[in-house]
Amino acid sequence: MSANIAPGLWNWLAYWLSEEVLVAVVGLVIVIALITVNSIGLIYAELKVAAHVQRRPGPMEVGWHGWLQPVMDAVKLLGKELVTASAVNKPLFIVAPAIVILPLLVTFIVIPFGKTLIIRDLNMGLLLIFSFSALNVVGILVGGWASNNKYSLLGALRSVSQCVAYEIPILITVMSVIIMTHSLKMSEIIAAQDRVWFIVVQPLAAILYFVASTAETNRLPFDIPEAEGELVAGFHSEYSGMRFALFFLAEYTNMFIVAAVFTTLFLGGWRGPVLPGPIWFLIKVYALIFFVLVARWTFPRLRFDQLMTLAWKVMIPLAMVNLIVTALVMKLVQ
Amino acid sequence: MSITDTSNVNIRSIETDRKISRGLSEQSFWLNLGPQHPATHGVLRILVRMDGERVVEAEPVIGYIHRGHERMGETRGYAQFFPNNSRMDYLGALTYNHGYCEAVEKLAGIEVPRRAVFIRTITSEFNRLSSHLLWLGAYLMDLGAFTPFIYIWEERELINDLLNHVTGSRLTYSYNRFGGVHKDIDDQFITGARAFIKRMRKRFKMYNRLVTGNVIFQARAKGVGAIPKQRAQAYGLTGPCLRACGVEYDIRKKEPYAVYSEVDFDIPTGQNGDAFDRYMVRFLEMEQSLRIIEQCLNRLPNGPYINDQAPRDLAPDPGEVFFAFESPRGQVNIFIKSDGTRIPYRMHWKNPSYTNLSILAELMRGQFIADVISIMGSFDLIIPEIDK
Repeated sequence: MSANIAPGLWNWLAYWLSEEVLVAVVGLVIVIALITVNSIGLIYAELKVAAHVQRRPGPMEVGWHGWLQPVMDAVKLLGKELVTASAVNKPLFIVAPAIVILPLLVTFIVIPFGKTLIIRDLNMGLLLIFSFSALNVVGILVGGWASNNKYSLLGALRSVSQCVAYEIPILITVMSVIIMTHSLKMSEIIAAQDRVWFIVVQPLAAILYFVASTAETNRLPFDIPEAEGELVAGFHSEYSGMRFALFFLAEYTNMFIVAAVFTTLFLGGWRGPVLPGPIWFLIKVYALIFFVLVARWTFPRLRFDQLMTLAWKVMIPLAMVNLIVTALVMKLVQ
Repeated sequence: MSITDTSNVNIRSIETDRKISRGLSEQSFWLNLGPQHPATHGVLRILVRMDGERVVEAEPVIGYIHRGHERMGETRGYAQFFPNNSRMDYLGALTYNHGYCEAVEKLAGIEVPRRAVFIRTITSEFNRLSSHLLWLGAYLMDLGAFTPFIYIWEERELINDLLNHVTGSRLTYSYNRFGGVHKDIDDQFITGARAFIKRMRKRFKMYNRLVTGNVIFQARAKGVGAIPKQRAQAYGLTGPCLRACGVEYDIRKKEPYAVYSEVDFDIPTGQNGDAFDRYMVRFLEMEQSLRIIEQCLNRLPNGPYINDQAPRDLAPDPGEVFFAFESPRGQVNIFIKSDGTRIPYRMHWKNPSYTNLSILAELMRGQFIADVISIMGSFDLIIPEIDK
């Protein structure tokens, strides 16, 4: 009997040790390391940007200029008790942070860090990013609902309507880029920008995408789902410890993804002189994130209905006009 | 859904709750804003019935920080009440001290040296300035802009340092004494005050660029919580909330006390009575405060800063006194009745935040929850002053 099992087991092992699986496993480890390092770096950047916008030094105690502060914060969050209020829907409450963060991991599969530095250059790359990052909101809704807290529920509801509203202008603006590239493949989108970046050709689309994606990531001035002045902490009011940290991690990872997509679509991806591709890619991504950080510490928050008005009455019509003009021009050029 | 905790609800709330519960639709629910909530700045509790994002009905519930200040005033000597009135309005402590002093001096017929009156006016106006500054930062933080809140601390710190230098404390001052002030102001204070005025005028330009002109701020404040003139007067609003509605009423002009009749200043008024006008009125009032301080510093007379003849242990002749003064939040009325003993027979305070609060329920009805926060923030409520 054992003789019958052995080859099966061997095949099974061989499959799991194949090159493809190894790439996937190594890729996953790198991605998890990347999002952690990215989040810690961004938290530090946020602390320092906020501090300098507000004319104060920011964290200075832990490490040189406080660079270990986010690390210590992470350690603190790890050590905190995971409070589960008695009235919450336990399974959903526990699973919600995972629903928020997991789809974001998937999107890293197609992010082109360099010419060859991409886990899988899928045909439907862009579609994969948008479909998985849209799943993010499901986790927020589940978390807000399961918390059984009125503030959390309001925050979750706001988050859903905001994401639905801003998903549309994002997809329409991206469509006007796709019309020019004839492809959803990340490498081909970058290849199409070898002469001129799309931000020059499609400035309106770039601005629309930037604003809409800031709204997507729930950043100020569009942070109404967690508006602390109104909803205490919005959808994550009831979360503590690492569960709360996962929401935080998701926010910063989402910012990275959004900036990476912007870089790929409008800033020529990893293209740039002298320096190697991945360095250029990261420079562009973090330069964009810097703008988002400064915006957060400068503007007040929009009201819910004003946010919706902006999406439905300004951005979607503009995006549509942009799409139609792009399509017409492309047709005429051909 | 109904509120789960009714133990602290006052009687009217329970009645309203029952009344509404009967006709409660599935969409609406009670939301308990406070007493612990980031936007209530203290222990104000507002029960709001929400229909999605909209508020159907709002009801302030007060009394969480009731300390019985008036009763305390009736159980101790006149001078012992100073710390109490600075804790009623912790942001306008000096104006309260000032007003209380003038009321008791009027009752007991105590003479105050000219220099002391000038010092009182200067310190009161500095206090008004720092109160308005903190309001500006806190209001913008309610709207989600965190940075102005940090900026205002720079100026507030300078004011606090100046006041600390003469009064010895930074928040709940008990600086005034019957017949004068506790300590004379010196050259260091005067030069510091002049430097501050110069600096503050520059900073106003920055605040204008950062805040007043901000599109999002205007969208959040313009037309929000607009009060018609008649409603404001019917509810007895006072202070910047009333002046924002276009009523030019300031007790410093109408019934001048201290040296307000001698200095030159304007009463800024608004037109629409909305949150933006309340912002503008307070903003312009800060500039007027600078003008008052500057004139007072220029005309500061020499002489004693306290009347040495004023009795330490005060026992005014039987009688009563009514005195009104302008705190940063509006008109404060004090009534004191003396029966000839060392302890007041009756003391009554009418505080501006309390009367201003009364219109909130009407204003919040039918608004978005975000606007409710904006309205509440724009009123500059001080909760210990409401609850006393």
